[in-house]
Amino acid sequence: MTVVDLGLPRRLVDVTLDGETVSVPEGSTILDACTAVGTSIPTLCYGDTLRPANACRVCMVEVEGSRTLVPSCSRKVTEGMVVRTDSERTRHSRKLVLELLGSSADLSTTPHVAEWMEQYQAKPERFGPPDPPADDHDERPPGEHEEPDGTTAATVQQPAKVDNDLYVRDYGKCILCYKCVDACGEQWQNTFAIAVAGRGFDARISTEFANPLPDSECVYCGNCIEVCPTGALSFKKEFDMRAEGSWDESRQQQTTTVCTFCGVGCNLTLHTQDNEIVRVTSPHDHSVGHGNLCIKGRFGWEHMQDSRRPAEESTEPTTGQA
Amino acid sequence: MDLHYLDATPTEAERAAVDALLGSPEGGNGLDPGTVHGHGDAHNGGHPNGSGPFPAHGAAHGNGSAHGNGTRDGRDMLLPALHAVHDRIGWISQGALNHICRQLSVPPADAYGVASFYALFALRPRPSRVLHVCTDLACKANGSSELCDRLEQSFGPAGTAVDGMTWQHSPCLGACERAPAALAFEAGDPARTQLLAPAGTDEIEESARSGPADADREPPARESVPQAGDPELRLLHRVGVVDPDSLDDYRAHGGYIALRNALRAGPAEVIKQVTDAKLMGRGGAAFPTGRKWDSTASQPVRPHYLVCNADESEPGTFKDRILMEGDPFSVIESMTIAGFATGCAKGYLYIRGEYPRATRRLANAIAQARERGFLGRSIMGHEGVDFDIEIRRGAGAYICGEETALFNSIEGYRGEPRSKPPLPVEEGLFGKPTVVNNVETLVNVPLILIEGGEAYARIGTERSTGTRLFCLSGTVARPGLYEVPFGTTLRELLDLAGGVPEERTLRAVLLGGAAGGFVRPGELDLPLTMEGAQEAGTTLGSGVVLVFDDTVNLPAMLLRIASFFRDESCGQCVPCRVGTVRQEEALQRMAGGKAPPDGDDLALLREVGQVMRDSSICGLGQTAWNAVESAIDRLGTLSKGGPA
Repeated sequence: MTVVDLGLPRRLVDVTLDGETVSVPEGSTILDACTAVGTSIPTLCYGDTLRPANACRVCMVEVEGSRTLVPSCSRKVTEGMVVRTDSERTRHSRKLVLELLGSSADLSTTPHVAEWMEQYQAKPERFGPPDPPADDHDERPPGEHEEPDGTTAATVQQPAKVDNDLYVRDYGKCILCYKCVDACGEQWQNTFAIAVAGRGFDARISTEFANPLPDSECVYCGNCIEVCPTGALSFKKEFDMRAEGSWDESRQQQTTTVCTFCGVGCNLTLHTQDNEIVRVTSPHDHSVGHGNLCIKGRFGWEHMQDSRRPAEESTEPTTGQA
Repeated sequence: MDLHYLDATPTEAERAAVDALLGSPEGGNGLDPGTVHGHGDAHNGGHPNGSGPFPAHGAAHGNGSAHGNGTRDGRDMLLPALHAVHDRIGWISQGALNHICRQLSVPPADAYGVASFYALFALRPRPSRVLHVCTDLACKANGSSELCDRLEQSFGPAGTAVDGMTWQHSPCLGACERAPAALAFEAGDPARTQLLAPAGTDEIEESARSGPADADREPPARESVPQAGDPELRLLHRVGVVDPDSLDDYRAHGGYIALRNALRAGPAEVIKQVTDAKLMGRGGAAFPTGRKWDSTASQPVRPHYLVCNADESEPGTFKDRILMEGDPFSVIESMTIAGFATGCAKGYLYIRGEYPRATRRLANAIAQARERGFLGRSIMGHEGVDFDIEIRRGAGAYICGEETALFNSIEGYRGEPRSKPPLPVEEGLFGKPTVVNNVETLVNVPLILIEGGEAYARIGTERSTGTRLFCLSGTVARPGLYEVPFGTTLRELLDLAGGVPEERTLRAVLLGGAAGGFVRPGELDLPLTMEGAQEAGTTLGSGVVLVFDDTVNLPAMLLRIASFFRDESCGQCVPCRVGTVRQEEALQRMAGGKAPPDGDDLALLREVGQVMRDSSICGLGQTAWNAVESAIDRLGTLSKGGPA
């Protein structure tokens, strides 16, 4: 997205991006500057409605004078900064980060990642065949691990957590971007149902003591699904359709409308396939909700297409029926 | 914010442990979740470290408004509260966690995330008696595997609960000079801990059966300082000479002269002297201390905080433990001077959880200093000079030695490093300007204030001034803590420690710790200076000099280093979280002679190493490949045709 909030007048700062001088408002990030001139930089943990977590390291760029590469999503530009977004060093870093992610998590539902893998010639499989799924990830203590023999590559593969009717947590796809935790916590929802638990490679998103979601503080606003970049969090509907092979985004339509449940005026984008709602998102640039919804807006649509409905209704006369 | 809690309730013992620290929710003087900033008073007598009340606590934290300073509802008491339960019970149940959360207004998921970050905490039932056996570099080179074998025979594999006890492997316990080491812990009221070092196989089995004895039955600190009593010593001159529990004895040996000089000279002059002395940080990064102090002092935002980083966890490092155990008052005096110079009314001393004796001695030193007017309000009678110190115990996380991770740990968050900028001197602990100094760095300060910065700078070399502590361990004749002027060569230092045992040959020296680099036997004329080490492509780091002779299995050491970084990565950023895993896997393949999955494992290691160095958030990931790289490139370890 290229929208830069103008707000109060801000001083312009001159920076050099890949040899080209660009003027951007003071306080912009390097990513903002890149976006403004049309330079594309891959991002995963960056969220347009969240504070940068700086975790995925896929957006790293080279800044002259800096010992290490810097995250473009959070580093603010300074006058005279010289940035290289496509040097050998940044390409190497991006390639390796993609390989490390691809070798440890299932990225099959992460948008754009396949193109990036190709662009950077990333080959996650070179670390060896992936470990099979394991169901003990939630119990792994910090500071110790089973010694590997190197014949397989450790992964976060694990059975999906299906413990409620509304959404599924498939943490075999989780890259630990922190976005769901931030959306659930003080940046948006203030529910604090989930946090990062554990440490190192065994760090994971978890409720307290990994209790099932229905026993947790979750209020099912689904704002975590809204920000999840990998599809680790998905509507139960989408999860089931993917499982049965009927999920097909090319056949889906998006229609943005206003939520009818209350007077706040949140916008809903209904994703429909074959005239059925399959997913609900909310526009991030909408001034009311900034992409956030509550349980009603996010999930309160099943009644519109409940398969039991005709049968139930047939027991009582309804006007308008032929 | 409407927080929800669990239905789980604490047992009476769990409730008592938490309430002893935080105050009873029903009681009048307790920590009411609504008026949480009263918790300064709630420590009265209840703090496990005995750090006690801090008169200026409310002022330092509250800044006049309940929520205006970045602290949130007493959340910074989360880690002490987790310790309180763990010390009393031996593990943290859902009920206990829930009670802490209610007391501190912390969401249970958040608190679980914090508790599950630390290796010393158990979140499932565990016997109250736990034996942590160090299997890190120095102990590995000195027979830790025999200890593990014996324990395995007698009690089953690590982690087995049997006869009310369990044992587990531990990263470096910081007792390398007395390797092999083990830390015995038994939960209770009070909890007991004892460092067994050197630990014999019979002794360790006995300890596993009967639990820890009094920790002060450990050998005195003097035995870890072969030079003890040498009049040339500067940083170590009181270790083994003074009674570490006596303020009077400390003063009889020159204690508190420096603070008096500092109070007379004023903050600006103190900073000038430290700058003139060209004192550089001894924690590893070697940043000029004077510049750090000056930047903090000049920040207009208040309050300022001082943090003494005593989370010494770099494998092979034990210098700060010996300073704290042998001369605890000097650490307290030095912090007081630093706080005075940089405008801090409050200092935190963050000490690793594996140092029970040092913690007790420091707590005692703080209590005595406070009682005698060397801490608290109007220090040494100087109106308006207020400073006090609170001890915070770590709980088994190497990463918390990284300064911004340390802030998060104190604040009650997961010990994950923050992105820099902003630097700690601008936005550090609780978002306020903060100066962080290592223990060894701080204890240089009194010397500077007694002899003057210029005189201090005449010791050592032009750029590396003063003396430096080196932790000699591994296969060396007289392991221990040594103090030599900067510029001493590695050979001279090894000679001082008696070199490798007779009829053995030196194979390699690991300089600077797991994040440092290996030095070849042919490079012993390396001058031990910041710049000398840098030129030689290594670092002095935290002063680790781990000596390996020809009996040591170097590939096993590399595997241990790789395993260590994997265990200690916080998990926040991808290059480190996954890179340290891939590094270990590749090294295992190379050491085991297994065919690489796709081509060249060495090339793979280099590529992974490069992305860790370039793109990790903090120094842990950035240096996780250093030692492995230097072993491969300088020693030829694991290379085809090289020494196995």
